[in-house]
Formats: sequence, structure tokens, C-alpha cells
Amino acid sequence: MSKKGMTIALLAAGMLAAGSAQAVTEIQWWHSMGGALGDKVNEIAQKFNASQSEYKVVPVYKGQYDESMTAAIAAYRAGNPPGILQVFEVGTATMMAAHGAIMPVYKLMAEQHEKFNPKDYLPAVTSYFSDTHGNLLSMPFNSSTQVLYINKDAFEKAGLNPNQPPKTWPELVKDAEKLKAAGVPCAFTTGWQSWVQLESFSAWHNVPFATLQNGFGGLGTRLEFNGPVQVMHIQNLANMAKKGLFTYAGRKDEPTGKFQSGECAMETTSSGSYANIKATAKFAFAVGPLPYYPSVKGAPQNTIIGGATLWVMTQKNPDVYKGIAKFFTFLSSPEIQLDWHKSTGYVPITLAAYELAKKEGLYQERAGFDTAIKELTNKPPTPNSRGLRLGNFVQIRNVIDEELESVWSGQKTAKQALDEAVKRGNELLVRFQKANE
Amino acid sequence: MIERRPVLDVLRHVVLIVGAALVMLPVYVAFVASTLSLDQVMSVPMQLWPGHHLLENYAAVLAHGSARFSGAPVGRMMLNSLVTALAIAIGKIAISIISAFAIVYFRFPLRRTFFWMIFVSLMLPVEVRIIPTFKVVSDLGMLDSYAGLTIPLIASATATFLFRQFFLTIPDELAEAARIDGAGPLRFFKDVVLPLSRTNIAALFVILFIYGWNQYLWPLLITTQESMYTTVIGIKRMMAGGDAATEWNLVMATAILAMLPPALVVVLMQKWFVKGLVETEK
Amino acid sequence: MEKRVQFSSRWLPYVLVAPQIAVTLVFFFWPALQALYWSVLLQDAFASKTHFVWFDNFKALFQDSVYISSFKVTALFSALVALSGLAISLLLAVFADRVLRGARAYKALLVWPYAVAPAVAGVLWMFLLSPSIGVIAYALRSHGVDWNYYVHSGQALLLVVVAAVWNQISYNFLFFLAGLQAIPASLVEAAAIDGAGPFKRFWTIVFPLLSPTTFFLLVVNVVYAFFNTFAIIDSTTQGGPAQATQILVYKVYQDGVQAFDLGGSSAQSVILILIVIALTVLQFRYVERKVQY
Repeated sequence: MSKKGMTIALLAAGMLAAGSAQAVTEIQWWHSMGGALGDKVNEIAQKFNASQSEYKVVPVYKGQYDESMTAAIAAYRAGNPPGILQVFEVGTATMMAAHGAIMPVYKLMAEQHEKFNPKDYLPAVTSYFSDTHGNLLSMPFNSSTQVLYINKDAFEKAGLNPNQPPKTWPELVKDAEKLKAAGVPCAFTTGWQSWVQLESFSAWHNVPFATLQNGFGGLGTRLEFNGPVQVMHIQNLANMAKKGLFTYAGRKDEPTGKFQSGECAMETTSSGSYANIKATAKFAFAVGPLPYYPSVKGAPQNTIIGGATLWVMTQKNPDVYKGIAKFFTFLSSPEIQLDWHKSTGYVPITLAAYELAKKEGLYQERAGFDTAIKELTNKPPTPNSRGLRLGNFVQIRNVIDEELESVWSGQKTAKQALDEAVKRGNELLVRFQKANE
Repeated sequence: MIERRPVLDVLRHVVLIVGAALVMLPVYVAFVASTLSLDQVMSVPMQLWPGHHLLENYAAVLAHGSARFSGAPVGRMMLNSLVTALAIAIGKIAISIISAFAIVYFRFPLRRTFFWMIFVSLMLPVEVRIIPTFKVVSDLGMLDSYAGLTIPLIASATATFLFRQFFLTIPDELAEAARIDGAGPLRFFKDVVLPLSRTNIAALFVILFIYGWNQYLWPLLITTQESMYTTVIGIKRMMAGGDAATEWNLVMATAILAMLPPALVVVLMQKWFVKGLVETEK
Repeated sequence: MEKRVQFSSRWLPYVLVAPQIAVTLVFFFWPALQALYWSVLLQDAFASKTHFVWFDNFKALFQDSVYISSFKVTALFSALVALSGLAISLLLAVFADRVLRGARAYKALLVWPYAVAPAVAGVLWMFLLSPSIGVIAYALRSHGVDWNYYVHSGQALLLVVVAAVWNQISYNFLFFLAGLQAIPASLVEAAAIDGAGPFKRFWTIVFPLLSPTTFFLLVVNVVYAFFNTFAIIDSTTQGGPAQATQILVYKVYQDGVQAFDLGGSSAQSVILILIVIALTVLQFRYVERKVQY
């Protein structure tokens, strides 16, 4: 083709491209779902884009939760935020306090006249992300909760019933002793220690984690997780550690690797790890609910969720909102939710999807797969178990992790560590309050 | 003549051999791990002789990364590292040499000011200005780009000083001769200064290439898209500690790949490397 | 020393320095000023509310036991890295200097680790010392050592110190070697003739003559430990357990990037800048030729 011909062809193509680009409004979706999860996210977006021609959702993997949040904040300050941002539950208070930076979901759906009823969603999920008037601020997407995984082969070796994960903490200690006696190198470990052993633990036993309904009541909230129940539990774990029954292996998800390799026979961690454990473990495993103390009145109550939700950032171009609203409706449809739940292990966030899963016989097929959702819906939430709404929570979790580590290494008692954690955490809460008044 | 004591000689050799072995140990173990399957790596204790999965692991890593995590192909990361390293090395040398030339061979107002400004920048390594630099780069829309990866790291006081010290040793007669011949400063630069600076440039190139290739904090901050990762931070991201166990054999393969180019540069250009190290610290 | 011969041009010198000055202004000074500005503010993450708080952020830092402990950790870490690094490299350099055969081979073998990125060094040693699968960890455990650096803070510090020292060996070695080779052989020979043994020769002649090199390397290693080890810490222990490896530079990152506390992080940055200035001044006044102008 001659040079002139090329130029004309390119111009024409350019005009065509520009022309078609104008018709479709693009929506940037920044998320932190890596690997297989990311593939699923792309699939969902593709399906939505194919189902209509006005809007195009563009998912972008922006690194882990804290990285993508940093990037989004920087983008917002530069005047160019994404339409949808996936934020971990720990960042909720920060997002909520960002007046002007976010568009609450209930407002979005109402203004865009999209059918939306919060009651369609799991109460445990909506309660975490609603304001005190029950208005949903962000869209639930990937929620998980804590479960107990056990290595059935190891249980058999130790003479324990492999189909009966211990239901209470005293039972778990006894099982751990038998496992140790049978030569298992690590009887019990836990992932996400702050989330599992303090935050959700408090909810599961209906004791407060912080004042003012765990922070839902206002910025003046202060920490209370150094109560007698929590101190007893952490001291219990410390004793287990001294006896070699509990092996600490990291703050986040590093310990799951030890369960998967067969080194540790029991692990409390996220239900979201189900898919990966199933894929890599070379032994049979079972899932049970988080253990509780029968001596505590009201236990077990319900667990609190982890994971992330989708927040809408204020956009200069209002057309984007309609697309986002439509996408949220699409996302919450039972079929999409069921598919997401099946492939990932995150809980189905709508009751309709849950019913669909039951109808399909999913939970007969996969034993223990519904443990998570059963825990979340165990009882109607109380002020102690709706969730947490605490500012600077990333730093507070670091503080808790550090103090707990000093317990496992024998440097502090449970009471000393929890008292210190409350003190340091409260300083952070005071700072947050001052910065946001 | 200093006496030779054979015992001491043997001792010296022993110590040096042990030292060299210890220095090589981590790399050797990493190499072995990169030739094993994941099962073999995870079985304790890991074997200490190479296995049979070398090609398989390296091919997998170059094409798909650690598929369970970032899935970013290491091949792409190596390219990013290469671009970054070359851009930083060449960029730093280029702007430093002309700055030094200006400062040494011209008299102009603000010369002193500029010199001190460059000097002060020595005291501002990126680690002490992390967040604000990030914001500036973000405001300029340079995140996730080669420009963002390289330009903020390109102003170097040490290279400028090196060239300045060197230029001060160039005999004045040469500049005088150029003036007499009617050659302008740029000609002088091109025909006299540059050729004389060749060894310094080579030395600096080695140091700066390694510096650019091994950058960690800065790429970590400003890249969020997998297609822009460099090899060094790709390794960290493979150990994200997500919902699955780290694939150590692939991580080690990536580590070996991350070490190869700078190590090659050092070994092949050792003479200049040593000169570069010693000169830049004067 | 001024050049006698200089060119004159109205615009050329400005053009030549422009790129460097531009980058320095935009990416060095402007951010540093911003850090200074933010350090006296209290903001929420999105900068939707800003309060001017004078030196409150600084006060809060020095009342925070974690920040103080960060200073201690950094000091301890730098001391360990500098001293052990220098000692080991000096030993190797002294021996390499005196060995008749194979000096070049030893040099080549000991020099290339400089090329390894600190982050990679950290990962390599983490792999060797990993409580569950590390080869060295296995050896330690079979000798009864309870090796788990997730729990034992001392062990975590040991891990990062080992990785940092390993990374710096070549650099120190090269400089010591150069320093040793600059010592006139006649001095040492004279002492030998006088009957001094190798040990005595080393301590009375060689070591004192090496002191400029030693001091220089001390400062360089301290600066290295302060800043370049960010990569090692981030790729291995991330400051834990219980802040055992949380050096100052790492805390700036954690508070700024992970916790969005811009005021506190900027205040820490300002303090770090002051420390760097102090170290640089030290380096130039006592070690380098005076920067002449």
C-alpha cells in the first residue's frame, strides 16, 4: 500500500475508533484479586460488557489492598480516581470519613433508579458496611469469615475422629495434645491472628471489641478487647504455645502454607482459602466452625466478615454512575454470585444466591463449604457482632500483631500485651478522631 | 624480605576458601532449588545437588511467573529491569557529564548555587522523601511508566562530582589549544573531554547499571500493574503470602534470573567495576 | 582548584546544567519541601480535612515508645552490620593480600555479590533460614536450636543482619584490599627485619595505616544499614516480629504507604533528613578532601 494510502487508512481507522469510543462510557475498576481470582474478575467484567453496549467495565489489578488504596488516594488527589475501588474491610472507616471522595452505594442506587433492597443481602455483610441508619455505603463483593480446617489423615493417625473437628477450645486443646503425642510436628496454628483470635473471637462470644458499638456509634470509640474473655483466650493460646501445641507462623496467610504442606494439623483461617487448600493439599481435610468456649454465655453468636467491598469514588462525569449502578445490579444477580462463590470460596452475599446454591446441592457435594455462611447467619447480630468501624485500623492491627507476638515469644503475659495494645491503639484512634473532626 | 611461614599460608588459603564458599552458599542453594520440583523443595531437608527441572522451571517462570500469584511473566519483568537499568545508567551519565562540564569550564552567575543544589541532593536519598515524591510522580501522571521508573532517579550528585574531579585533572593546555583553534566549548567537549572520560564513563556505567537493575523501593511504590514490575520486586510479589503456599522453586529461579545480568556485568567488566567503586567514593 | 581556562557563553552553561537542576528541583527539593509542609499538618487520608498542628506530630513521635524503639533497632542493626561486616571483610582482605597464588581467583569470587540486589539477598537468606524448609534452619533444629524467627525477635534481627553483611562483603573487601595495597611494602618489611611477627606487624603498622579506609567504610556501612536495607527488611520480616526489625526507614514506609498517616510519616522523613545531613557532614569533613570551591 502506498504511503498516502496508508495514511488515509490510518486516519479512517482512527476516526472509526474515536467514533466508537465516544459511544461507550468506560468505568475503571481497581481491584486486588490476583491469580485465579483475577481471571474470574475479568470474566465477570467481560460478561457485563457483552450484555449491553453503553458501558465498559475495565478491571485493573492494582496490587494488594493497601497498595491499591494508596494508588486510588493519589489518583483522587490528582483529580482522576477510578470509578470502582475494592477496599478491604479494614479500610472502611477511612473510606467513610472521606466526605466528598466517595458516593455511598444506597445513594447511587436510589439516584440511578436501580432496584436495590439491602434486605436481599446477608445481614452479617450489610451490617458491617452500613451507617447507623442502616444505609449501605459500599457494595459487598468478596466476603469471607473464619473457619477451622483439620487434616483428616493426621486425625486418624492420632486416633481422633476425622469427621469431627473440635467444636470448643477445650476440645481443641485435647485434640492438639493427642496430635502431638502421635508425632505431628505442629498441632495447631492460626492465620490472620488479629482477625481470627481477637476481632471475630469477640463477636463470636458476644463481647465488645470497642466502645460505642465497636465504633459504629462515632469517632469517640475506644478499644475494649482487653476484657476477661479475651485475656483468658490469649493466655490459653500462650499456654498452648509453651507446651508446643500452638506454633505461630506469621501474621497473615503464611501459616496456611504449613497446613497445606501437612506440617500443621489444624488451622483457623479464612474460608476463602478453601479453594487453594483443596487444590494443593495431598490429604483429606475437613472444615468446621470457629471453636468457642462453652463457659461464656451467649457463645457462639456470629462471626464477622473479612474480605473487601466495592466503593464508588466521586466522578467528574455523572454518566459513569449509571453504568456503575447497572454493573452492581448485574454483580448481585444470583447466577453471577453463585458462580463467584463456587469458584472462590467467598460466601454468597445474597440470600437468593445462597438458596440457589442449596437447591443445586452444592453443599452436599462439597462437605463443609457452607460452614462460613452458617457462622455468619448463626444468630441475628448484636451491637458486639455487627462488625468493626475503627479508624487507622491498619496500624491498629499492626499494634495487635506486635503485642500478640510478644506473648507467643514469652516476653509478656496475655493481660500485659492486650492492655498495651489497647493503650497504643487508643492513641491511634484519638489521632484519627482529631484528623477527621 | 618478609618470611614465609607455610603454616600461615595454608591457614590463609583455608580461610579464603571457606570465605568464598560461604559467599557462594546462598546462591548455590538457590540454584539447586530452582532445578527442583515444588515437592522436592518442600521436603525437608532439601537435597543439595541439582535436580532435573531446570528447563521446566525457568521456562515456566519466564512465561507465566508464579501462576498462583501475580502471574506476571518474568520475561517481561526482565525487560522492564533492563530498560530501567539502561535508562538510569545512560541518563545519569549523560546529564551528569554535561553538568560537570558546565560547572568546571564556564564561569556564570549562579554557578555556585547550582553546585550546592546538586550537593544537597546527596542528602536526600529516595527513602527520606518517599511519599511526597510519589505524589509528585502521580500528579505528573507518571505512575506505572518507564518515565516514572527512571527519571526521578536520574539526578545524581556522585556522578557529577566524579566527572568534576576528573575534569579538574585535565591539563589546561588542552582547553587553551582548543580556544586558540577557534573551537567552541561543545567541540572541545566532543573532541577532547569525552574521549578522555571514557574509562570513567565505563566505570560509572557498571555501577549505575547495577544500581538501576537492583532498585527496589521506588519501583515497588510506583508500579501497580504487573506489566510494569521489575524482576527484583517481582520476587517479593511472588511471596505475597496470599492464599497459597509460595512456590519456592520458581521464586529461586526468578532470583537467579534477577542476579544474572548484574553479575555478568561485574564479572565481564571487573576492572572498570573496581575502578568505578573506588572513584565514586573519593 | 579553579580552572584558569574557561569558556564564556551566555546561555550554554545553563542549558547544560538544566536537565540535572530540573530533575533535582522537581523530584528532590519539591518533595522534600512537601514533606516539611505535611509534617506540621494532621490530615485524613484523602486530604479532605487538614488541620495545622505545629510540632504535634514531632512531639507525638518522640512520645511514642515504638518510634524510640525504632531508633534503637536502627542503631543496633547498623552497629552489627558495620562491625561484623568490616571485621569479616578485613580478615578476608588481609589474607587475600598476602596469598601468593590464586589472589585473582579469590578476588573474583568475593567481589561479585555486590551485584546482588539487597532484596534478593534477603530472599536468599530467608530461604536458607526458613523455619519449615530452610537448609540451615534444618541443621540448626537438628542440633536442638529452636529456630523460628516469626516468634523470636533476636533471630529475625540475625536474619537481616546476616543478609546485609553478606551483601556488603564485596564492597568492604575491595576497599580494604585497595587500602592494603597502598601501604608501602618497605614499611612492613622494615618491621619484619626488626623481628616483628605477622600479628604484631598487622596491629602496629597495617591497621593504623588503614584507619582512613576503615573510618570511611564505617560511615558508608552505617548509611547503607540506614537506607539501603529497606529492601532486605521488606522482602523478609517486614519489621517484625514485635518491631524487632523495624528500622526508621521502614517505619516511614509503613506509616505513610500502608497506614496513610501522612503527617506522622512526613515528620519521620524530616527527622531522617536531619540524620542524613549529619552523616554526610561527618563523611565529608573527616574523610574526604575538603570540598573546595
